[in-house]
Amino acid sequence: MEYLWAFLAGGLLCAAGQVLIDLTSMTPARILVTYVVAGVFLGAVGIYEPFVQFAGAGATVPLTGFGYLLAKGVRNAVAENGLLGAITGGLEACAGGITAAVIFALIVALVFSRGDKTAKIMG
Amino acid sequence: MKLTENEYGVLAKRRSPNTKMYKTVPAAFAVGGIICCIGQLLTNIYRSVGIAETTAGTLTSVTLVFLSAVLTGFGLYDKIAKHAGAGTLVPITGFANAVVSPALEFKTEGYVLGVGAKIFIIAGPVIVYGLAASAVYGVILFIIQTP
Repeated sequence: MEYLWAFLAGGLLCAAGQVLIDLTSMTPARILVTYVVAGVFLGAVGIYEPFVQFAGAGATVPLTGFGYLLAKGVRNAVAENGLLGAITGGLEACAGGITAAVIFALIVALVFSRGDKTAKIMG
Repeated sequence: MKLTENEYGVLAKRRSPNTKMYKTVPAAFAVGGIICCIGQLLTNIYRSVGIAETTAGTLTSVTLVFLSAVLTGFGLYDKIAKHAGAGTLVPITGFANAVVSPALEFKTEGYVLGVGAKIFIIAGPVIVYGLAASAVYGVILFIIQTP
């Protein structure tokens, strides 16, 4: 059952992104920024937490989940360290994802080669 | 023939092949849903070997990022993305793809200003505005909680 909810919730978030792309011709970079900021906001007002309980990876895997993680990290850090937590909490919570992406990108760039094809940037 | 910018936009839209939303949206839904199910499966596997919930979540993200990086390296992720659109963009694998892809494409410009700088060409804005929003939230939270 939890797979069904993960599929439906994650699918819906992605379908919404596709609708945005098709109707507004938003660039992928703008979509990602929008999703992360929306996730921070929804996490901050307390909507995203019950959504995560309900949809599991369907809520945490999309980029809104990344934003939710930022908000959650800040909330915990502020509770622990006060104002300093507003600065440290976000990166602390999502350090794994960001560092993994950077390290694996470096390794892939070292190992693979695309020749000198014209670069296609999504931004 | 004189055209205002607006009229040109209308004409260009009529001329360009219409994005078939009845195809793109279900494709995004299906692929995005499947990626989230893989995430759920990974989380369940990590939980079943006794890893705590938060750590299992982080491990799941790292694993998905790794898988996406490998698929991007082989050029497979972009092949799926061509059909899946936002289905491969919105999940964290899309974030990873947005980091790995430019690293690979700009390798020819060197490891410092090519790979090193271009890694953040899309991830940069995401991190900048994500962190900014979370810091604003933290300050508001601090003000509210301070008696």
